[in-house]
Amino acid sequence: MAKELLKGNVAFAEAALRNGLEAYFGYPITPQSEALEHLSGRMIEEGRVFLQAESEVAAINMVYGAASSGVRTMTSTSGPGLALMAEGLSYIAGSEVPAVVVNIMRGGPGLGNIQPSQADYFFMTKTAGHGDFHPIVLAPSSVQEIIDMVGLAFDLADKYRTLVLIAGDGSIGQMMESAELPPMQPLRPEPDRPDWAIVGAEGRAPNLITSLYLGAQNLEAVNLRLQAKLQEIRENEVRYQEYEVEDAELLLVAYGTVGRICTTVVREARKAGKKVGLLRPQTLWPFPDARLAELGARVRGVLVAEMSAGQMLEDVERAIARQAPVRFHGRMGGVVPMVDEILADLDKLDEETR
Amino acid sequence: MSVAVNIPENMDLIYKYPDALTEVSTHYCPGCVHGIVHRMVGEVIDELGIRGQTIGVAPVGCAVLAYKYFDVDFVEAAHGRALAMATGIKRVNPDKVVFTYQGDGDLAAIGTAETVHAANRGEFLTTIFINNAIYGMTGGQMAPTTLPGMVTTSSPTGRDCAVAGYPIQMSEILAQTAGAAYVTREMALDMPSIVKTKKAIKRAFQCQIAGLGFACVEVLATCPTNWNQDPWASLEWAKESMTEHFPLGTFKMTDAVKALKWRD
Repeated sequence: MAKELLKGNVAFAEAALRNGLEAYFGYPITPQSEALEHLSGRMIEEGRVFLQAESEVAAINMVYGAASSGVRTMTSTSGPGLALMAEGLSYIAGSEVPAVVVNIMRGGPGLGNIQPSQADYFFMTKTAGHGDFHPIVLAPSSVQEIIDMVGLAFDLADKYRTLVLIAGDGSIGQMMESAELPPMQPLRPEPDRPDWAIVGAEGRAPNLITSLYLGAQNLEAVNLRLQAKLQEIRENEVRYQEYEVEDAELLLVAYGTVGRICTTVVREARKAGKKVGLLRPQTLWPFPDARLAELGARVRGVLVAEMSAGQMLEDVERAIARQAPVRFHGRMGGVVPMVDEILADLDKLDEETR
Repeated sequence: MSVAVNIPENMDLIYKYPDALTEVSTHYCPGCVHGIVHRMVGEVIDELGIRGQTIGVAPVGCAVLAYKYFDVDFVEAAHGRALAMATGIKRVNPDKVVFTYQGDGDLAAIGTAETVHAANRGEFLTTIFINNAIYGMTGGQMAPTTLPGMVTTSSPTGRDCAVAGYPIQMSEILAQTAGAAYVTREMALDMPSIVKTKKAIKRAFQCQIAGLGFACVEVLATCPTNWNQDPWASLEWAKESMTEHFPLGTFKMTDAVKALKWRD
C-alpha cells in the first residue's frame, strides 16, 4: 500500500472497512460526518451494512444488536452524540459484546462548538455509562495513528469482548495528511461467528445476550468477573509513546493533538538547553500509571497539557503521587494550545523546581 | 422441550407445549395475558418451523424476562430500544426471523422514535405490542396508553388529558408509515379474540419471512394487579373500556400481505 493524502475522518472509516467492518450505524454530527458519508458509499459498494439511524440513541442500539450477532460493528460520533449513546455503551459493556465507537471530540459543554477539544476525557475513561465499567480508550495523534488504532480497536474488542472507544478530536478528524491504509481483510464468514453470538439456535441450546442479573449476589458475581477482565486489560494493554525521556529533568504529558504539539515543544526546549521529555499516552484507559510513577521518581517536575480544564491531569497526579510537582496547561472551547505558550509554562516549572 | 407423553394407540396428540417455549413457570401475575400471547408466539414459531432461525428481542417491562420462556436465541434490549437493536440484528442476519415483544411504556413512550423509524424503514421485523394501559413492572404508573380518567399510582386523581396528554394510538400511527406492511390491533381477552390474535401473529411472522415489510400486532391486554381488579373483571373491563379508545381492526395490510399463502 502506498501513502496517500487522507482526511482523518475518511481515513479511519476506510481503515475500519478494511479491518472487516461488517455493519456501520451512525448519525451525522460535526466534526466527524465525513466518516459516515464515506461509509455510506463504500459499505454498499462492498455489499455490507450501512444505516443512517434516526438518532445516536438508535445508532448505538443497532450496534448493540449487530455486536450481539458476533460481527465487527462500529459507530462514530462527537461529544453530544456520545452523550446520547451512554445508555447503549453501558448495555454493551454489561453484555460483554465487542464494539468500537470513535469519538471525534468537539468543544462543550452543551452544543458548544465544532472546534477540536479533549474535554470528553472523563466521560470516555470514567463515566461512559451507568454502572462499574471502563471501555478501552485509544488516543491517536495523527491520521496514520487513527488508521492503525482502528485495527487495534477491533482486535482488542474481539479479544476481550469489550467496548473500545477511540478518542480523536476535531483536528485529527478534519486534517489531511499523508498516511497508508491497511490491506483489505476478508469478512469473518458467518459459520465462524463466535459461539456466544445470537444467530438462531439451530442444533444447539439457545444463546442469550443480556445485562440483566436479578439478585444482588448474581450481579455482584458478574461485576467481579468484569473487574477481573478489566484488571487483565490494565496489565496487558497499556500503550504510550515516549520522546526524549532518557535524560529528561522535566516531563510533559499530553495525548492526541496536544501530544503531537508537545513533540515540537520538546524540540524547542532542547534547543534552548532544557532537558525536557514527553510521555504521550496512547491508551487513556488503561492509563500508563506504572511508567509515570517511575518517571515521576526521577524528574524535577511534570507539566500536563490538554484541550480541557484538566481532566487527564487528575490521572497524572494520581500516578505521580506527589513525587514531583505536577502543573497544568489547558485551553478550552476549541482553542488549540500554541507551542510558545506551553514553552512558557515549562519555563515556569523549570524555575520553580530548580 | 416437550415432555414425553405416552399416547394410547387409538388417540392422537392434538395439544401440547410448543417446542419454541421452555417448560418453566412464568413470573406473570394471575390473570395476566402475557402467558397466553407467549404461547401464541411459540405456537406460530413451531407451525412455521423456524425455531432454529428465530431471534427474539426482549423489552424492559413485565416481559423483560421473556427470554426465559422462549427456547430460541434472545437478546435483552435497553428500555424502548428493542426495534433499534432488532434492526442491527436483522441487518446482519437477513435470513433469520427477528421479533420484538414490547409493552406500551417500552414501545409507545420511551421507544416511540425507534418504533416509528423501524416501521418507516420497512424493517423486516415482527413486533408483538402488548397494550395494557399501564406500567406493570414498575408498579402501576400512568402509561402513554392509560385511558382518560384512569387512576394509576402516578395519576392518583385519574389521567387528566389536559395535563398528561391523551392515550396514544400506536397502530394508527404506524399504519401511516410507508414501510409498514401489516399493522393490526387485536385483543387476547376471550377465546374468539385469542384465536383471531394468533392468526394475526402468524401473518405478521409470515410477512417478515416473505420480506414484505414491517409488521406489528398490537394486543389489548389486562393488568389485574395494577388495575386493582380481579382477573375476570379485568377482562370484562378491558373489552368494554379499552376498545373504546383503541378500536380493534387492521389498520394496514398491503396487497402482498393479503395475498400471503397460509402455511398452516
